[in-house]
Amino acid sequence: MRKYIIKRLLLSVMILFCVTFIIYALLRCLPASYVENMAMQLAMKPGAKPYEEWLSQLNASYGLDKSILPGYLTWLGDAIRGNFGDSWKYTVPVLQQFSDVIWLSFIMGAIAFVLQLIIAIPLGVIAATRQYSRTDYAVTAVALIGISLPTFFFATILKLIFSIKLGWFDLFGLVGRDYAQLDAMGQFLDKANHLVLPIATIVIVSIGSLMRYTRTNMLEVLNADYIRTARAKGLPEKKVIYQHAFRNTLIPLVTIVGGSLPGLFSGALITETLFSIPGIGFTSYEAMRIGDIPFSMFYMTFMAVLTLAGNLISDILYAVVDPRVRFA
Amino acid sequence: MDDKRDEVNVKDESKEEASYSLNDDRRVKVLSPGALVVKRFLRNRLAVVGMIMLLVMFVFSFIGGLISPYGQDQQFYRYESQMKEFAGVVRNDDFRYTAADGQKFDSVLQAKFQLAYQKKENTFEYKDITYDVQEEGTDFYSISSEGTMLAIAFKDIVNAEGEEIPFDVKFGALKAYTNGETSFEAGGTSYTLDEDGNILEGENVRGYISRFVVSPLENGVDISRTFKEELEATINEDGEEFVFVDEDGTEHTYEITYDPTTLTWSVRQGTETYVYDTYSRPGKTHWLGTDTNGMDMLTRLMYGGRVSLIIGFIVVIIETVIGVVLGGLAGYFGKWVDNLIMRIVDIFYCIPSLPLIIILGSAMDAMKIEPQIRMFYLMLILGFLGWPAITRLVRGQILSLREQEFMTATEACGIRVSRRIFRHLLPNVIPQLIVTCTMSLGSTIIMEATLSFLGLGVKFPFASWGNIITDVNDAYVMTHYWFVWIPAGICLLIAVLGFNFVGDGLRDAFDPKMKR
Repeated sequence: MRKYIIKRLLLSVMILFCVTFIIYALLRCLPASYVENMAMQLAMKPGAKPYEEWLSQLNASYGLDKSILPGYLTWLGDAIRGNFGDSWKYTVPVLQQFSDVIWLSFIMGAIAFVLQLIIAIPLGVIAATRQYSRTDYAVTAVALIGISLPTFFFATILKLIFSIKLGWFDLFGLVGRDYAQLDAMGQFLDKANHLVLPIATIVIVSIGSLMRYTRTNMLEVLNADYIRTARAKGLPEKKVIYQHAFRNTLIPLVTIVGGSLPGLFSGALITETLFSIPGIGFTSYEAMRIGDIPFSMFYMTFMAVLTLAGNLISDILYAVVDPRVRFA
Repeated sequence: MDDKRDEVNVKDESKEEASYSLNDDRRVKVLSPGALVVKRFLRNRLAVVGMIMLLVMFVFSFIGGLISPYGQDQQFYRYESQMKEFAGVVRNDDFRYTAADGQKFDSVLQAKFQLAYQKKENTFEYKDITYDVQEEGTDFYSISSEGTMLAIAFKDIVNAEGEEIPFDVKFGALKAYTNGETSFEAGGTSYTLDEDGNILEGENVRGYISRFVVSPLENGVDISRTFKEELEATINEDGEEFVFVDEDGTEHTYEITYDPTTLTWSVRQGTETYVYDTYSRPGKTHWLGTDTNGMDMLTRLMYGGRVSLIIGFIVVIIETVIGVVLGGLAGYFGKWVDNLIMRIVDIFYCIPSLPLIIILGSAMDAMKIEPQIRMFYLMLILGFLGWPAITRLVRGQILSLREQEFMTATEACGIRVSRRIFRHLLPNVIPQLIVTCTMSLGSTIIMEATLSFLGLGVKFPFASWGNIITDVNDAYVMTHYWFVWIPAGICLLIAVLGFNFVGDGLRDAFDPKMKR
């Protein structure tokens, strides 16, 4: 087991190097319009150096004068030591900006995730136990509609109904206009109020896949021989489903749930952008739009790490949870 | 005749019955696997609904565009009556000065006069010279020194019609006007004043006197005398609107508003302007109204559907080709080929695609790439980032199929490797492949729409369901013009839902383990 984990870890690190290199190379090949714009601005100032001098000076200070491979190695060396450079857009160290916004994204993600689990798993189980019934059709249809709803369209509809027609929530932002005057409790409630719509969006848009996953796995288990045996023994249907079948469905569920835990940190880029919630997704979107290489580099690396961690966790969990899968 | 034929038929049937024994397979209606799949698919209600949705969307996008009388980027116009600022009117409350012929009356003297006027003094001094102020009429003064008239100060303005009015005529006219007289004499000629303040030399109008200054907002606009008179009359009556017929005989409506802080009346003219027919409500000519550029919404939706569907298909084709080739190679050859390809797949899996596409899109913005070429790049990028899932699927299937007997048979027959992979292995993967492709068509369309919504995908003038919805970034459009974005969102939802329903139905239909 330990050997397997070590092997997987090493492999993940290798993959991470390749991924970061590819991203770095891609970013460097793109026109560094940000630096050019900045050089242009600086050169416009009275008595300033000409554009070319500024450009080369800026390139040197951002490490863009080296060719791609040495540039990557420098970046990598700094990154391993925990220095991801300064964000161009936010003009603070990347890690500082990151730690300012990540927790908001995590809280949003975590609440949405718990809600998803609470809603999706029971519905999936019910749909599977009454296959081809009206409930099953309804659950499947709702799940597919959730998958098919474009986030931006759904979020806009929510805004139209709840913010404009009913006036319950604000259209944008994390805090209201009179946030500064509120006491601690009021501030907390204000923030919570602003998070309702984004979280609702995330939950509904992403609930479908978990619902269907539960249903498919439950169906598979229900067709298994040991369920037939349990029924043949004369066990009550409730016991068959919730003790024999559901427990076995938990194996793939735990695996996938464990695997998506790191994803809670990744933030919901589209939703945060739509609602202007200053989480990691919105922050990086803004940075990426203007070509902020240090921040984009960090964000993409972070995302890659999360994906790798998710895969690793789900593989290990699979081995831990399911006694039939054991690695030599 | 009839009886005979019936007999023959009966005979035939009995013959058929007789020729097969009871347990003969031919007595049972046998369906091919394909027909079974179709049957199972058609029995699934959701899948059939999905199929209908897709058909509707395809007809709507591909045939609708041909039927629609409008073009994708045809703009419509309408006449709109707009009130435009036309002129400002001020009631003159400051003294204005005119120096007598050959004299000077500079600003220092003007200020001195002003002081004297306020203190109600009859003289003022400047540089040891004494000036006399003589009140000639209401708000009309003459300034003289040692008996010679230097200048006049007045509030009622004398406007010349045609040639300049000489000083003495002006003086005479003002004196008569401010004292309520109707005639005066100047320079040996006699003039009359009529009720409207016209200065008449015989029948000739030399000019007129009025308290109001009308200044047109635009340069080069000549404001006629009659217009001014009408305006004055309306202002005196506290009217707010009047209609004026100009020389060409066209009627114009003017609105007058008074601004008490600046003591001005502003005159606004109603003009017909030819504008883009933006955000017009749904009606007979435009069933779904028009958008922000004055283009027909329904037609844009049709063309947008075409773009979205075509992009979806091309992206999925690219994904599938790369995925099937690489997956087939990895699955069939195994060992280092498999290892290499699967590591590449791992790497691609790890690349965060949405951020990457956003960065590439922003870069394309910066490079100002043409919308059409951009669309091709978009398809290539989406296709190139999407293949790993298909590779994994194909490889997994082939790994298990490879060990089955029929593959040993192909090997024993000495069939070429490429033929073995593409003729014997891949056809067995096709069911799963079709399901995955159908589902990924849906997700690709959502991805494209999301990017277009963010302004990073398909760009104007091309329509796409995503970039039609972009208008909601303007909160006013979102709340007031539902017909601009809701239909596009519904189209998007129907198309994607159709693909997902069909994909789901196909999955069930292809799966022989499924009951029913």
